[in-house]
Amino acid sequence: MSMTGSVAGTDKRGIRELGAEEKIGWDEVQQGVVLPSFDGTTENAAFLKPEEREYADFNSYTATVASWRIVKPVYNRDICIDCQNCWVWCPDTSIISRDKQMLGIDYDHCKGCGVCVEVCPTNPKSLLMFNEAADNDEELANWPVKEKKAK
Amino acid sequence: MAKEYELNDVEVWDGNFAASQALRQAQIDVVAAYPITPSTPIVEGYGGYVANGYVDGEFVMVESEHAAMSGCIGAAAAGGRVATATSSQGFALMTEVLYQASGMRLPIVLTVVNRALASPLNVRGDHSDMYLGRDSGWVQIDAYNAQEAYDLSLCAFRIGEHLDVRLPVMVHQDGFTTSHKAQNVYPLKDAVAYKFVGDYVPVDEMLDFTRPVTHGAQTEEDWHYEHKAKQHKALMDSRPVIDAVFEEYKELTGREYKRVETYMMEDAEVALVLLGSSVESAVLAAKQLREEEGIKAGVISPRCFRPFPYDLVREALDVPSLKAVCCMDKSAPGGAMGALFNEISAAAYTTQSRPLITNYIYGLGGRDFAIDEAKRIFKEQKAHADAGHITTNIQQFSGLRGPKLGFYETRRG
Repeated sequence: MSMTGSVAGTDKRGIRELGAEEKIGWDEVQQGVVLPSFDGTTENAAFLKPEEREYADFNSYTATVASWRIVKPVYNRDICIDCQNCWVWCPDTSIISRDKQMLGIDYDHCKGCGVCVEVCPTNPKSLLMFNEAADNDEELANWPVKEKKAK
Repeated sequence: MAKEYELNDVEVWDGNFAASQALRQAQIDVVAAYPITPSTPIVEGYGGYVANGYVDGEFVMVESEHAAMSGCIGAAAAGGRVATATSSQGFALMTEVLYQASGMRLPIVLTVVNRALASPLNVRGDHSDMYLGRDSGWVQIDAYNAQEAYDLSLCAFRIGEHLDVRLPVMVHQDGFTTSHKAQNVYPLKDAVAYKFVGDYVPVDEMLDFTRPVTHGAQTEEDWHYEHKAKQHKALMDSRPVIDAVFEEYKELTGREYKRVETYMMEDAEVALVLLGSSVESAVLAAKQLREEEGIKAGVISPRCFRPFPYDLVREALDVPSLKAVCCMDKSAPGGAMGALFNEISAAAYTTQSRPLITNYIYGLGGRDFAIDEAKRIFKEQKAHADAGHITTNIQQFSGLRGPKLGFYETRRG
């Protein structure tokens, strides 16, 4: 996961495989399949950064839910202008950004839809889609160059 | 604060008005509704109470019954006391969402005015819609007249909202026969009725911002089964809660309800099993036959249609004198024996008396079921009892024009 600084240090996102939890019986499952987001109660969750929240086991934040992805976005920090377009458009909050600086992709929740690449305005793009098995460093080394406008 | 509604000790109400008054007295927070004959006056009445200050609630107009129950689910998940009403085609359109309400364990009250299902389109009363709901995971209670529609609607909130149950509840009444027939009804004063129903206690409500929750989650093969089993257990466990609520209501009003109603069954030789307003006709027929011809006739009615009272039906049938029983289904059986026949037979199979059991389909689309016809069917049961075996087809049709229609013969000697 390409994450930097304090976010990676404290973050618990994607720490478990979805479905890897201990399977409880019918007598212990949550009535009405009601899933609490946090352990206990919270007064200020809306004002906390995700990595500071006490997510409950039922919240998919701490689960890896991206196993079906077959193509992935790769992020090139050297070209990015921190416009936040990808952060705004990502349907799965899988663009990690702090203080309006783009930090990278949350590969534990990204489904590979490619919307971030579509909305990236730089030339060349700062995000490109690659096969899931591709090596990120290799692709970054071979990043496309700026396209000249046709005259 | 809602205004008090001035009520006489005895009011002349039809079943719809009785049900809407019960909803008002329970001080529903939200009614999301779409009109359909014959249940429209229930939600229309509630809308009037909101507009005139008799209830502190919200009336939400929606574009269909599917949306009506969806709105009810949203409001109930948010933490409100919620109810609505429907019939027939509206009930059918609501069916998908009925399963959501019960699976999400939201104690919504649905007052159903039973009406036939198309095609052919028909606005009259039969039990097709009630039967359509029987696997939906709701508690289903049946009222036979306007007084019962009022009483059982109040009881429905207590049953569904009980913390051991937390399931939605339908209160059924027969279209037109009950819903539009004005009868004497003895209502409770507003304060007394509300005290009986009690304040709503929300569970896992979405409007508790200190504890955000997700409602309506998806589960696949690793979890779905456990949730459905837990839900079924809650529905089965509602039986003692229903008994206790009926007992408390009897202490308050003197009016007694049971999950299975029995009439003159102590020494009965023959019995009819049926639901709805026809129960009253059958009871009158049984009384007359006892007086006029000495036939020991009785009536059984599973007032609580769901959870099906297997326990009490078995008790009701386990009368040593009982020889022949006819189960009467007011719903097109769709290529099978009627549902009551199947369920009553299954319960009877584990009794000592093991009466002969036959099935009549009757009253479809509002076809009249009169006392004389009930007497004729009782006498037919007496003929089975005297012969020691079923002397007719096992499934027959009551009040049907044309050549006699019937299916299956007995293989018991």
